[in-house]
Amino acid sequence: MAQDDLYRTVVLERARAPQHAGALPAATLNGQGSNPLCGDRVQLHAVLDGQGRIEAIRHETRGCAICAASADLMAGRVTGQDRAHVGRLHAELVEAVETGTAPAGLGELAAFAPLHQHRSRRRCALLPWSALIDMLNDDKDR
Amino acid sequence: MDQSVITPTDAAGSLRHVRADFPILSQKVHGKDLVFLDSAASAQKPRQVIDCMADTMRTQYANIHRGLYWMSERTTEAYEAVRDQVARFLGAAAREEIVFTRNSTEAINLVAHSYGGLLKPGQVVLVSEMEHHANLVPWQMLRDRGGIELRITPITDDGALDMEALEANLADGRVALVAITHMSNVLGTITDARAIIDMAHAAGAKVLLDGSQLAVHRRVNVQELGADFYVVTGHKLYGPTGIGVLWARRELLEAMPPFLGGGDMISTVSFERSTWANVPHKFEAGTPAIIETIGLGAALAYIESIGFDAIGAHEDALTAYALEALGNVNGLKVIGTAPQRGGVISFIMKDVHPHDIATLLDRNGIAVRAGHHCAEPLMRRLGVTATARASFGIYTTPEEIDFLAATLEQIRGFFV
Repeated sequence: MAQDDLYRTVVLERARAPQHAGALPAATLNGQGSNPLCGDRVQLHAVLDGQGRIEAIRHETRGCAICAASADLMAGRVTGQDRAHVGRLHAELVEAVETGTAPAGLGELAAFAPLHQHRSRRRCALLPWSALIDMLNDDKDR
Repeated sequence: MDQSVITPTDAAGSLRHVRADFPILSQKVHGKDLVFLDSAASAQKPRQVIDCMADTMRTQYANIHRGLYWMSERTTEAYEAVRDQVARFLGAAAREEIVFTRNSTEAINLVAHSYGGLLKPGQVVLVSEMEHHANLVPWQMLRDRGGIELRITPITDDGALDMEALEANLADGRVALVAITHMSNVLGTITDARAIIDMAHAAGAKVLLDGSQLAVHRRVNVQELGADFYVVTGHKLYGPTGIGVLWARRELLEAMPPFLGGGDMISTVSFERSTWANVPHKFEAGTPAIIETIGLGAALAYIESIGFDAIGAHEDALTAYALEALGNVNGLKVIGTAPQRGGVISFIMKDVHPHDIATLLDRNGIAVRAGHHCAEPLMRRLGVTATARASFGIYTTPEEIDFLAATLEQIRGFFV
């Protein structure tokens, strides 16, 4: 077991040394998601610009490597993007974990495609995304 | 080699021959040989059980008890013969003390409903901190509808039942029922049932033992134990799902009102009122799990053909072997170190989440469980959100334990 398709370097690295973790004192949006089955919890803090794009986002994640890496890769990927773009990325990630084939353009997020063999773990990768979408929807509804 | 010298490894591998009886063990998972270490959740099935159930459906099946024709009468005989078999298996005083249920959970719910219905507000049901949700939630439901008090007896830091706390909890004489596991599905702890029962009876309380785990590994004799209620489930006993057993003292069953109403559990029925069948049929409404019950009979016969002396020796040696092998894995901590324990080992690893452990083991063909193991309050007591758990069956070998330990060491290498 020298290498593992699912636990690739990018996943292990981001879980161990996240690039977008921590608090964001200037945050105007805060959200969270949790999975009571395994105790995973993601807290999100973000600032939007005047056009509704994510100007800055940080996460505080307690959970497994899949969840922590997903949150960190997500934060990097959605910075500068609006709600519609986040929705498209989320849909592509769902397609990847359900079919095992990542749509072109998913980039590093394609690392999670092997989750199609691990039905019970898909939610770990998707939890940060559902938390983000809930947070953005709540903001829109306000 | 001197045949009189039995090393732990010899004993740990002593039931290797039974593996040929379990067709599933030759399956591949993710292209790897299946190493099945989740028998505490549900055990695999020997061909003796599989064939018996298929043969029943092929050659000797009809609804039971009321059929006046040959096929129904033969099926009834086969079904009721399992009641005799279970009575012997558990050391019951009479076949009428054996009630077939869907599983242990339903058996406990039956007691909570029917025996619980006889309790008065202010009386106490006492459970332990290490119960499976199946032996906690039914009592919470009884508390909320019946005004009884639910009292929790703590465990010690090593995962044994705190017997001093149990005695203190019994002291006010209000405890009507002590409902405690006979072997923890998380910690592997085997509780001192005799001492618990003596203590409870001295305080005027009845005792229910959840034997879901223990009955797989040790001979149970409910009369020698002096228990009042005992529950087991077929699918952990190498039998099918959908069949469990409640044993209770006959006088208790006779005093208890029925659980579910319907066919088979009645004596007479009119629009004004119905009267109940004698025990145990009073508690068996509707067409039962006929095929599964007959399959349970085949499973018990299979277990008895191996014998609990051999099963116990294998498991003790394998558990000791596994505790040592896992103890040598860097960063691994076994949760639950009570002196009396069976082949269920929970563990955590520094810097690696239990779900990542389980997925990476799975990708190497090793099936373990990870999560709260239907014991959330126990997880909080232990200060963890989840653990990984390896559990053993008669077919588990020391080589599988070696592979588990080596793979865990590799997994740890990924994360540090």
